[in-house]
Amino acid sequence: MIFVALFAPILGTVDPTAIAARLRTREPSALHWFGTDMLGRDLYSRVLYGARVSLIVGFSVAALSSIGGLAIGLFSGFFRAMDAVVMRVMDGIMSIPSILLAVALMALTRGSVGNVIIAITIAETPRVSRLVRGVVLSLREQAYVDAAITCGTRTPVIVLKHILPNALASIIVQATYVCASAMITEAILSFIGAGTPPFIPSWGNIMAEGRALWQVKFYIVLFPAIFLSMTVLAVNLLGDGLRDALDPRMTKAA
Amino acid sequence: MVAYIARRVLAIIPVMAVVAMFVFLLLYLSPGDPAVVIAGDQATPEDVEKIRQGLGLDRPFFVRFAEWIWQIVHFDLGTSIFTGQPVSTLIAQRIEPTLSLMVITLLFAVITSIPLGILAAWKAGAWLDRIIMTFAVFGFSVPVFVVGYVLAYVFALELDWLPVQGYSPIAQGIGHWLEGLLLPAATLGCVYIALIARTTRTAVLEVLRQDYIRTARAKGVGQIATLFLHALKNAAVPVVTVIGIGVALLIGGAVVTESVFAIPGLGRLTVDAILRRDYPVIQSLVLLFSLVYVLVNLAVDLLYTVVDPRIRY
Amino acid sequence: MAAATLAAPNLASAQSSKTLRFVPQADLALLDPVQSTGLVIRHHALLVFDTLYGVDEQQRAQPQMVQGHVVENDGLLWRLTLREGLKFHDGQKVLARDCVASIKRWGVRDSYGLSLMAVVDDLSAVSDNEIQFRLKRPFPLLPDVLGKAGTNICVVMPERLAQTDPMQRVNEMVGSGPFRFVASERVPGSLNVYAKFTDYVPRSSGETSFLAGPKIANFDRVEWRTIPDAATAAAALQTGEVDWWEQPISDLIPRLKSNRNLKVEVLDRFGAVAMIRFNHLLPPFDRPEMRQALLGAIKQDEYMIAVAGEDRAYWKDGVGFFAPGSSMANDARLDALPSRPDVDRVKQALRAAGYSGERIVFPVPTDFPALNAMSEVAGDMMRRAGINLDYQALDWGTVLQRVASQQPVDKGGWNIWCNYSTGISAVNPAAHTYLRGLGRSGTFGWPTSPTLEQLRSGWLDAGDESARVEICKQMQVQAFQDLPYIPLGVFYQPTAYRTSLQGVLKGFPLFYNVKRA
Repeated sequence: MIFVALFAPILGTVDPTAIAARLRTREPSALHWFGTDMLGRDLYSRVLYGARVSLIVGFSVAALSSIGGLAIGLFSGFFRAMDAVVMRVMDGIMSIPSILLAVALMALTRGSVGNVIIAITIAETPRVSRLVRGVVLSLREQAYVDAAITCGTRTPVIVLKHILPNALASIIVQATYVCASAMITEAILSFIGAGTPPFIPSWGNIMAEGRALWQVKFYIVLFPAIFLSMTVLAVNLLGDGLRDALDPRMTKAA
Repeated sequence: MVAYIARRVLAIIPVMAVVAMFVFLLLYLSPGDPAVVIAGDQATPEDVEKIRQGLGLDRPFFVRFAEWIWQIVHFDLGTSIFTGQPVSTLIAQRIEPTLSLMVITLLFAVITSIPLGILAAWKAGAWLDRIIMTFAVFGFSVPVFVVGYVLAYVFALELDWLPVQGYSPIAQGIGHWLEGLLLPAATLGCVYIALIARTTRTAVLEVLRQDYIRTARAKGVGQIATLFLHALKNAAVPVVTVIGIGVALLIGGAVVTESVFAIPGLGRLTVDAILRRDYPVIQSLVLLFSLVYVLVNLAVDLLYTVVDPRIRY
Repeated sequence: MAAATLAAPNLASAQSSKTLRFVPQADLALLDPVQSTGLVIRHHALLVFDTLYGVDEQQRAQPQMVQGHVVENDGLLWRLTLREGLKFHDGQKVLARDCVASIKRWGVRDSYGLSLMAVVDDLSAVSDNEIQFRLKRPFPLLPDVLGKAGTNICVVMPERLAQTDPMQRVNEMVGSGPFRFVASERVPGSLNVYAKFTDYVPRSSGETSFLAGPKIANFDRVEWRTIPDAATAAAALQTGEVDWWEQPISDLIPRLKSNRNLKVEVLDRFGAVAMIRFNHLLPPFDRPEMRQALLGAIKQDEYMIAVAGEDRAYWKDGVGFFAPGSSMANDARLDALPSRPDVDRVKQALRAAGYSGERIVFPVPTDFPALNAMSEVAGDMMRRAGINLDYQALDWGTVLQRVASQQPVDKGGWNIWCNYSTGISAVNPAAHTYLRGLGRSGTFGWPTSPTLEQLRSGWLDAGDESARVEICKQMQVQAFQDLPYIPLGVFYQPTAYRTSLQGVLKGFPLFYNVKRA
């Protein structure tokens, strides 16, 4: 899928935004493998280019919310004085259902890929930060970390040497789930009309635009839906695999 | 116990305060101007300015925030900018459909997912497990609205078994009520089923590996009985937790499901309000949803003491 | 549950045979027809309210609430007499002073109404059933204004409500129309209910035609059900869960047409006029040469296909500034629309007009399908013409806010946007909101054209039809010169309803006359 996204321009595609009003809603054919949409744009090209946007959204949100969550989690796990305040803020944000929060954030600004990423990141970060904080707190109780603290090792060193390596596994697993859910959220934002703008094809907005026609032109929704579902499925399975591999207790079960 | 509950209830206050601040700030920064939407596309700038003043939108931030908090504390949720009706009325009108949808979805999801999860754990590694788990991951991977369209196409349009859309109040007959909710609940339940089934499987697997289960098996308690009596009881904590956390998913999903099936519930009210920048309605709804989420999770925490007697506070 | 399901159809059909379930094009968010120009509000208004006059299908104003009128004093004095038996839904009789207050409130908001009020010296109720207009100048179109079908229509409400500030909304719906509004059942965003007003007295003679003639309610109850998702609305119509869907989207029309239980029909013969509008206050489109240059890139059929599909039954290209079908439509200067746009020539023309790559802000309401489709085509066209386009995907509410701004683009202003208006408000210069040249005090876009304004005044004063037609030709020539907007064609939005409905009137969804077979 990453391959498809990177090489979309040479995989037999045409300009995904080229409008040909006279060629609208054509069924899939040799010329237009996936057919054309309401404005006569080639769906195959749109879906392939759409892979870029959806993957960028997924990966960016995963990366940004992991970094953000890591920073906040470490901070609040280490500086107990701030812990209560920071975590109450995180609890507050977390108690707003994430789709609702993302939609509300999108209402603040206009549709662009960057804004979609920011909105979903804000909604996902608190969960990661909670996870990190939990790991930090449990590690702090470990004898070796405690010893390091008592020895007067500087905090950044403790974080780098002891905490980070141990927290990384769970963060990576969490990041794959965040990535998968971000791609779904992007699609839902587009459905509500608060996602990426229509001239930048993403799987979400191709489906959103074609959804009114699902009764007569099901393929418009079908192709991006298959691509999206398969990608999300793959990322989720990757997450499961990583979790099983990284969690020694689970290996036996799988 | 009482002290514990009191402490937990008090802990809600700072969380809700954060939500309130966040929500107000969010919408204060929002670029949309309801006055323009009300005036329509043929209005002159003077018309718009007059309407804006009439709505009090021209006053400073702190005045509006203080006023808003004061009202909320007095259980006055304000008036919808668009319809001119009290927000509490709008919400009251729409609680029944959303609550019905949530309850049916919850029941539906719990009834189907827990047995699936147990089954998967029981047959861990076998093809049945793989099928169930693939389905469960698939549940996360398909956007809610696609599921909704497919279900509506098959069961409403082609087979003509169930209505395509709408909501029939419970007062007009429980049969109609249930009929209208089946498709939306199945749609909304998809993610939820996946989530609970996975958690159940993991939790049951973990319990199955514990020594006392092996002992029970050795003692000759039947396999099925073992699973249900021991495993489930001990797996209950994570399962109940995920049901609580999943309420957020349900609320988010309801926004989409209610739009697809034209159910006049709180989810649609939310989308409409956001698209129209109806500030008082959005603020109240986000507050309400957050409060529900916090309360459900509080209830879940308290439930732990019931399902798992080992937990004491 | 099985028993309930089996028993249900009979019960439901018994209840529903007297109920009409209608899916409006958009939710009825506001109720006051004077305060907003929304089309759904007009449809709603014609259920609840009655009008003094009403235009028929041929756009001729006919008496509706009035028995008749007498014109005296060389056209300077109009005396309108109300007919017998008019009653408001609160049980009060409709009196002349209710009508006077209603006309005055509406006359502050409506653009055609403003033109009338500008010549009114005095408007008063001389008795319970006589309204008197004393004019400064003759105004032969007075019944046409009071019976107009384009928004805002002149509805009659009780004096106590009509005295509300025109800028404030009236929330209590008391009219004298054939249906009353059931406020207690309203669920904003979802449901509006109207019940037959049993005390309504329809006109005793004449034929029902559009807003004229006897308004006979055949349904006990009309339910408006907002279904935001087009696919769901289509499915609900196919299964018979609703009777009537106001605006099916064009791609679903063939599917609906092939269903023998459904009828697809265009009600409004004036359609909707599509346009690209400019901000005449900001460079570069303050220069007519720039607007002219863009005109060279317009091919109306591309826009119309994008909006209304390939079937030419549902759109027309080669359209000027007046809606085809009105007596004022003409073909003056239509050759200004190129038959084969040449991108290179457009680029040249843009350069010659002094365009040097300034950012052009183009707000687009992505949640408004027709406008979104037009905007996508326009955006594609401008990008190809080498315009540095800032295509801003927004929601309808934000777009309305944006285009209301007269500020420069870096302070929230705009340069260009796509819009459409009802054809019925483009049938003549008086109703035509966009063919004006009032500058900053006009509607969004703020074109200035003294010539157009002069011609428009001349039209209002013109004594006969042929003089009016001549003025409209001159206006169109002038408009292709000034380009207050670029016309993109006319599309005809079909409506779809169950064949069990009979007597659906032409124009737009009206709920009298229609009955279940």
